[in-house]
This record gives sequence, structure tokens and C-alpha cells, in this order.
Amino acid sequence: MNVVVCVKQVPDTESVIKVKPDGSDIITDDLKYVMNPYDEYGVEEALQIKEKFGGSVTILCMGPSRVVETIRTGLAMGADKAIHLDDPALEGGDAFATAKALAEALKGIEYDLVLCGKQAVDDDLSQTGQTLAELLGFPHASLIQKLEIADDNKSATVHCQVEGGLAVLDVSLPAVLTTQKGLNEPRYASLPGIMKAKKKPLDTKDLAALGLSADSVGCAGSKTIITKMTPPPERAAGKVIEGEGPQETVPKLVQLLREEAKVI
Amino acid sequence: MGNSVLVFAEVKDGRVKKVALEMLSEGKKMAEKLGGDLSAVLMGSGIESLAEQLGQYGADKVYVADNEVLKDYTCDAYAKVMADLIKANEPAIVLYGATILGKDLSPRVAARVETGLASDCTDIGLDDDGKFTATRPMFAGKAYVDLSFTDSKPNMASVRPNALPVSPPDESKKAEVVKVDVNISPDDIRTTVKEVMKTAGEKPDLTEAEVIVSGGRGMKGPENFKLIEDLADVLGATVGASRAAVDAGWRTVDDQVGQTGKVVSPNLYIACGISGAIQHLAGMSTSKYIVAVNKDSEAPIFQKADYGIVDDLLKVVPVLTEEIKKLKAEG
Ligand SMILES: Cc1cc2nc3c(=O)[nH]c(=O)nc-3n(C[C@H](O)[C@H](O)[C@H](O)COP(=O)(O)OP(=O)(O)OC[C@H]3O[C@@H](n4cnc5c(N)ncnc54)[C@H](O)[C@@H]3O)c2cc1C
Ligand SMILES: Nc1ncnc2c1ncn2[C@@H]1O[C@H](COP(=O)(O)O)[C@@H](O)[C@H]1O
Repeated sequence: MNVVVCVKQVPDTESVIKVKPDGSDIITDDLKYVMNPYDEYGVEEALQIKEKFGGSVTILCMGPSRVVETIRTGLAMGADKAIHLDDPALEGGDAFATAKALAEALKGIEYDLVLCGKQAVDDDLSQTGQTLAELLGFPHASLIQKLEIADDNKSATVHCQVEGGLAVLDVSLPAVLTTQKGLNEPRYASLPGIMKAKKKPLDTKDLAALGLSADSVGCAGSKTIITKMTPPPERAAGKVIEGEGPQETVPKLVQLLREEAKVI
Repeated sequence: MGNSVLVFAEVKDGRVKKVALEMLSEGKKMAEKLGGDLSAVLMGSGIESLAEQLGQYGADKVYVADNEVLKDYTCDAYAKVMADLIKANEPAIVLYGATILGKDLSPRVAARVETGLASDCTDIGLDDDGKFTATRPMFAGKAYVDLSFTDSKPNMASVRPNALPVSPPDESKKAEVVKVDVNISPDDIRTTVKEVMKTAGEKPDLTEAEVIVSGGRGMKGPENFKLIEDLADVLGATVGASRAAVDAGWRTVDDQVGQTGKVVSPNLYIACGISGAIQHLAGMSTSKYIVAVNKDSEAPIFQKADYGIVDDLLKVVPVLTEEIKKLKAEG
């Protein structure tokens, strides 16, 4: 089984996000970047598949030069090789433009399965995996909690989160699956792993190497455009309800919920 | 391209989801501005009778794709019906609820008809020139963006449940029912549903619940979640949890609210024994009203809460349950 894991580098979830005064973007100066948490589940699952069936694990990551650190993390966890799509023209794309570049990068590569995170925690689109599947002409299944590859490697049984439960699906391979919490416990990179990662193959591709035109990717190739970014609406400072114990505070709360908030 | 609005009306357990009515209410206003009509799509098996309700909520036309192959959701089948309808009718705008199903289906349809999708929006509208615009959170709600669309049509959006109001129905209104020929062969479906296992009860899913009561590490153990469940029962609420409570094994992953859990937008969110870590806030800060019960007055949750009680939740929650019971008994 050859597995490709799409990995995005995102600001750490602890980050304080500040919007530029002109509303064009966020201020990136002090941000610490990490591997998108959902993609860690993808890397872990791919490694487990390789341990069971053999084959290879390839990290596919698009972004500026800083993302190499995240790619190295994936390699240090145990992935065999990586493809880095790096070109200013690829930046700022919506899911359609991003998936287009990712799909192009997969041409000419042999693989049986593509894993994406359910969502990148920066843009929170939750679209790229499904879009990529459509562009590749493969089926997809989202929000997987369990994955079993059939012995002939031609299909997989997955447990997908659906409303109120789990759906058990048989998916023909190749397919794109989106990963989330509950699937596995991602391993940490070991020290020997970190040493080895430095020597693993990392193929950097720019737009020309991908063979795509600048107007079909990135911001120019996007179908949706961000016109303005704003900080979240402020929540007015709340009331702490004063009183001696629950016998006093709770009736006051209930009254506020009923008469002021009108939610009960 | 046309000037109509098309709403994907999701059905669950034989009922139209509330979020579909929210989309119809907003879609109606947009269709009127655009001078086009409002249509809805129903998919499933034995669902034709639901068209009546969609008419009352504003649909001029309801496309009914009623077929055994659509009984269980598969993206392959549903995307084909949607994409075929869009190609045949060329709506200007297509709306979905940003439910688990809606978020699975909509990107696939958008990619197939090669158009843009604004996902998980908290607001949508038409600007003065009649151009579709959408507002959506990014960075787990730490920033919001306004989106516009390039020339590709239709403009598509999935909208978060509870984000938009439902207009009152007009019981005299009837929609024209258009039966859709479902041309799907088993080979078209590359993901076969073998089984659907229910893990949750009859309560609405967290992502759609109007009231949520959540517990965190301050619950001290799984047994105390009984207090949360009792409170949830009297409120008709769904139970949620912080990651600390899930990681401790007190609740299942399904219940987790936050950055790596579910993003929720209820009218009322009651956080018990939850400190309000940034990743938890990421999942619930768009709740209309937030109540916090925490014994630490310095807990960050109080900066987001509309109402707070600084006290031991083990004492507060049972009293709250009793008070609400009394209130409900009074009617
Ligand atoms: C990548 C990443 C993703 C994450 N995703 C999520 C996520 O999706 N959801 C999430 O929730 N967290 C998430 N976290 C974890 C988050 O950072 C916090 O660790 C977690 O939310 C803490 O849970 P808690 O508030 O229940 O526990 P704590 O922070 O330990 O807070 C417990 C609170 O209970 C109060 N308390 C204790 N006893 C009582 C009592 N008897 N009565 C009243 N109050 C009491 C305490 O004062 C305290 O404020 C994530 C972290 C990372 C790094
Ligand atoms: N720039 C990128 N490089 C590699 N993978 C990506 C990139 N952007 C998105 N993905 C993948 O798509 C998933 C969903 O992202 P999104 O649709 O942006 O929420 C992520 O978890 C990644 O697996």
C-alpha cells in the first residue's frame, strides 16, 4: 500500500490571532506554526498501514519555505518521502485552487490511498479532501474513525462519523479519506527519527515543475475571494451573579435566562 | 444563468431538518430580490410527502428524488442528483446546511460543477448589486471573513445551523412537486453503506442543538455527568464535554466541543467545570448566550460568559435542574 498524506502547516491552536488593521489578512509576525492537528491522524494512520502491508508513505504539502519544518516532522514520524509545492503563485487559494495543485502533484505517482485532515484549523474550510477526490475521480469518505484495508488492497472498510452515530462503509480504492480525532493516537517523532528525516527525499516543485498556469491556482485560480477580514464580534462582559450559595444565585440566573435572554 | 435559489433540504429520520427551513427562509428573501423562484431538493426513499412542508416554508418548487438507492446517504448518489439538477436548472445560488452530511456533500458538488463554495457560514446575503456574499469564521472563530465569488456559477454556501432565523410558515402555500428521474446504477456508488450504528439518543446532534449543557474536568468523574444529563433533560438540551472530560474517558469523542471536537452554535450553552481554554472557546464562542458555572472566579470562561456563577457545580447544577423543572411545570 502506497499512501499519500496531505499535510498543511497551520498556526498553533494556542495562537492569538490578530487581524491587520486594513482587514486584508492576519498578522503573522509572532506566529508559531505546527502540523495541522487533523493531519497528524493521517500521518499516523498511513504509518500503521505501512507497518501492516508494506509500501510507502509520502507527505504532500503546499506552502512557503517555512512549511519544510512541518514536512520534516512528518518524515521524522516515519514517512518515507515528501513533495513540497512551493511557489508564490500557489498562495492564497480556496479549496478548489488548492485541490487543483495537490491533484496535479499526484499525477505520475503510484498510490492506493490519499489521506487528508477533516479540516485545516487555519481556514477551517473542510473542503479540500472532498474536492481533491472529485478532481482525481475517486470516491471519498469523511470523518473516519476506523480504517481497515481489505487483504487484496482493493477496498477498505471505514467507520465514518454521521449524525447521531457511525456509518460503516465499504470504499473502493484508490480513495480519499478525511481523518479526525478518534482514529488513532499520533506518535511523536523519535530522536533517531528526527536524524533520519534529514536524509529522506524531499522533492520541491514550483509552478513550472507542476506544469500549471498561474491563473489556475492560488488566489487567481480561486472561485471564492476573501474581501475583508475582521476580528470576531466582541462579547460584552458578562454578569457574575452575586448571592449566598445556589439557593440565591440559581433563581437569579433562571430569571435572567427567562426574562433577559429569553432562552428558556 | 438563472436567477433562482436552490436549497438542499436534508432529511433525517423521516423529517426535514430545521436548518433546511432556515435556508428556505433566507433563500426566499434572496429569490425575491433576484426576481427568481425558490426551489428545494428532497432526497431519500419514501420522502415525497415532506414536499408539502417545504412549500409552506416558501419553496415554489420541490424536486423530489425518491428512490431506494437514496435511502442511505452516499456522497456518490447524492452528488450526482444535485449536480444533474444544477446543470439542468442553472440556479444562481445553492444553499446547504453545514451539517455533517451537508459538509460532506457540498464540496463534492461544487467541484463537479466547477464552482466556489463558502463553507460553514454564519451569514449570507445579497449586496446592493445583487451579488451573493457570505461571512464565515476562520481560525476557529478568532477571525471572520467576508467572501465574494468569481464569475463561476452557481454561488454555493453551507450555513451553520441556528445561524439564521426561520420565518413562520404559510399553511395555504403549496409547492409545485417535480419528480426527479434518478438514474443511478450500482456502479456509480463506490462507497456502499453496510450499516449505520446509532451511538446517540434522540437528542439533536450537538452541531444543531439549541441548548447544550457541557461538563469539563471540574465534573471530577463520569458519575457526576448524571447531574449534567438531568439538567439537559429538563431543558431538552444535548450534552457536550470538554476535551479533558473526553480524554479522561468520561464521555465519548462524539460529545467533544472545541477546536478538535464539534463547533456548536446553540442559543444557550451552559459550561460546567470548564475553564475556557482557547481550543474549547473555538468550538462554542458563537453561542448566543453562554452560562458558566465554575468555582474559580479567574477562569477564562467568565470572560466569554453572559452569566456566571462562581461556586461548586456539584451544588449549583442540581438546584438549577430543580428551578427549571419548577418553571416548566408552571408553563
Ligand atoms: C491541538 C489542541 C486541540 C484541542 N482541542 C480541544 C477541544 O476540541 N475541546 C476542548 O475542550 N479542549 C481542547 N483542547 C484542550 C484545551 O487546551 C484544554 O486543555 C481543555 O479544554 C481543558 O478542559 P477543561 O476546561 O474541562 O479542564 P480544566 O482546564 O482543567 O478546567 C477545569 C475547570 O473546572 C473548574 N472546577 C473544578 N472543580 C469544580 C467544581 N467542583 N465546581 C465548579 N468548577 C470546578 C476549575 O476551576 C477549572 O476552571 C485542545 C488542545 C490542543 C493543544
Ligand atoms: N496547502 C496544503 N497542503 C497540503 N494539504 C492541504 C493543504 N491545504 C489543505 N490540505 C489538506 O486538506 C485538509 C482540509 O483542509 P481545508 O479544506 O482547508 O479545511 C487538510 O487537513 C489537509 O490534509
